[in-house]
Amino acid sequence: MEAGTMDAVIEVRGVVNRFGAQVVHDGLDLEVRRGEVFGIVGGSGSGKSVLLRTMLGLQRPAAGSVRIEGHEVTRQPASELLAVKRRYGVMFQRGALFSSLTVLQNVELPIAEHYGVGEQTLRELAMLRIRMVGLPEEAAGKYPAQLSGGMTKRTALARALALDPALLFLDEPTSGLDPISSAAFDRLVLYLQGALSLTVVMITHDLDTIFRVCNRVGVIVDGRMISGTLEDIVRNDHPWIREYFHGERSRAARGQAVHDG
Amino acid sequence: MQIEAVDEAGRRRFRLGGRWTVEEAAALEPRLQRAAAGTSGAVMLDAAGIAAMDLTGAWLLRSFERRLAGAGCRVEWADGRPEQLGFIDRAVAGAVPAAPPAAEPLAALRRPLREIGRRTFGAREEILDGLAFLGAVVLAAGRAFGSVKRLRLPSVVRHVWDTGVTAVPIVALIAFLISVIVAYIGAQQLRKFGGEIFVVDLVTVAVLRELGVLLTAIIVAGRSGSAYAAELGVMKLNEEVDALRAIGMDPTEVLVLPRVLGLVIALPVLTVIADAMGLAGGALLSWYLVDIPFNQYLERMQGSIADWTFWVGIVKAPVFAFLIAMIGTLRGMQVRSSSRELGRLTTVAVVQSIFLVILADAVFAVIFMELDI
Repeated sequence: MEAGTMDAVIEVRGVVNRFGAQVVHDGLDLEVRRGEVFGIVGGSGSGKSVLLRTMLGLQRPAAGSVRIEGHEVTRQPASELLAVKRRYGVMFQRGALFSSLTVLQNVELPIAEHYGVGEQTLRELAMLRIRMVGLPEEAAGKYPAQLSGGMTKRTALARALALDPALLFLDEPTSGLDPISSAAFDRLVLYLQGALSLTVVMITHDLDTIFRVCNRVGVIVDGRMISGTLEDIVRNDHPWIREYFHGERSRAARGQAVHDG
Repeated sequence: MQIEAVDEAGRRRFRLGGRWTVEEAAALEPRLQRAAAGTSGAVMLDAAGIAAMDLTGAWLLRSFERRLAGAGCRVEWADGRPEQLGFIDRAVAGAVPAAPPAAEPLAALRRPLREIGRRTFGAREEILDGLAFLGAVVLAAGRAFGSVKRLRLPSVVRHVWDTGVTAVPIVALIAFLISVIVAYIGAQQLRKFGGEIFVVDLVTVAVLRELGVLLTAIIVAGRSGSAYAAELGVMKLNEEVDALRAIGMDPTEVLVLPRVLGLVIALPVLTVIADAMGLAGGALLSWYLVDIPFNQYLERMQGSIADWTFWVGIVKAPVFAFLIAMIGTLRGMQVRSSSRELGRLTTVAVVQSIFLVILADAVFAVIFMELDI
């Protein structure tokens, strides 16, 4: 490994993704450093989800490489990818909770599948995660269909944290939540990120979330990524980025963030 | 990971080291249990040697600490308590996570009673649901036949295609094979009485009156009853049905009725095809086994067909189709909340529609016997 990239948890180099004639990513680069919260922003259809799937090893890019903690994930046999998969947790946009399992069983599943801990400990470890994300104890016995939107998100977060990952992917963590709930969720992410020293990569449309949580931001424009600190990105003069960060909404969001801070 | 116990000056010191992570949890757990079991008095925990600790490791360490304290040990930390333990303390806020409350224990007598009661009320609910659904479909049909737009013909045609046209090969093949089997067994038995020629009567009557329509209905129940339940079930899970309602469209009219009508049109046509293939199979076997030439077979067949023989079979087809489509769509609309429910109700749809088809066939048999046809 090169000296300069020692603390890069994720390194994406020259990724190209295309579906038929449509080119989604055209030589996209991205670097996420240990311990930061990296926000991915982009217009609808700019390929945020495709990028996430590429980083997770669910989608094989036409060209380029993706390294997670130094392991190449794009051209790996499934058996070797498994070791990498245990190092990251993913929270899907709509939760993707297993609908036939209770909240507790949803969180227990990854631990039980990968590590042979005893039944009592398994339940305690799962309960710890459920408590940690701020769910009440009674929620443990409920089925996903009985949960509110906020509780579904929290359960999904608890399951993403089940295997003590060092790296956490969040796909639109606050979409569908009211502003108060999303503020609470942002605080939770920040709190857990600090307490568990996580590296967090999140896709989000929520300007409030970006200003509250993210250290650095990457914007997907024209199939490439422009990334930098929040200040750099806000000052960038690409028309889409200007429109995104200097519209009415964003002024309000920034004012709010300053006010909060 | 290491757990080393050293006894020194009236207290026991545990030197902890290595990796305390989720990967090691399965190995750590029994060792911590053993270590805690034989310990009492003053204890010094030394976590300085721990190279890496994640949440799972911290939880195990905290459980160890609590177990020692619970056994009456005075626990001290040599090098300060690891901060992850404090995080867990705050996360669980002092309360030990309890198991989800177990169901209340019931006396041996009360449990079966309660179960019987629950099922009785469940059955009542089922019947009421079924009747309400039937009513909704009849009302929707009443509205639909009043205007061509509400009949949703493109949708009906699609379902005729899906349930009828695409089922032709399998229905034809099975009807052919079954009549071959009937002819074969019939010829074997009738030969004992020298009445091989009656194979023709046997095949003709059996296929036209019973086998053609019954087999077709059972195949269609397996193919299309399950498809209806699964399609509508996924639409329910996806909130598509709610979306329809919100737009101001009646799901019964848009989703259920075209499926029912499609199958009511398709099944009689499939039955005619099955009848034809069955008779062809009979002709082939009669020629092969008992040397009845084709023209003689036709003559004999026409002799054995009464006025009603064909219609007795075909009149059942729309009734069977209605039962299959109604059960399939009803079960689909009953799916709520989970993918397991979807699987269960799809199974129920197939089993119940086959059962109801056979039951209806028995009722028809009694009616036709009373009518003497």
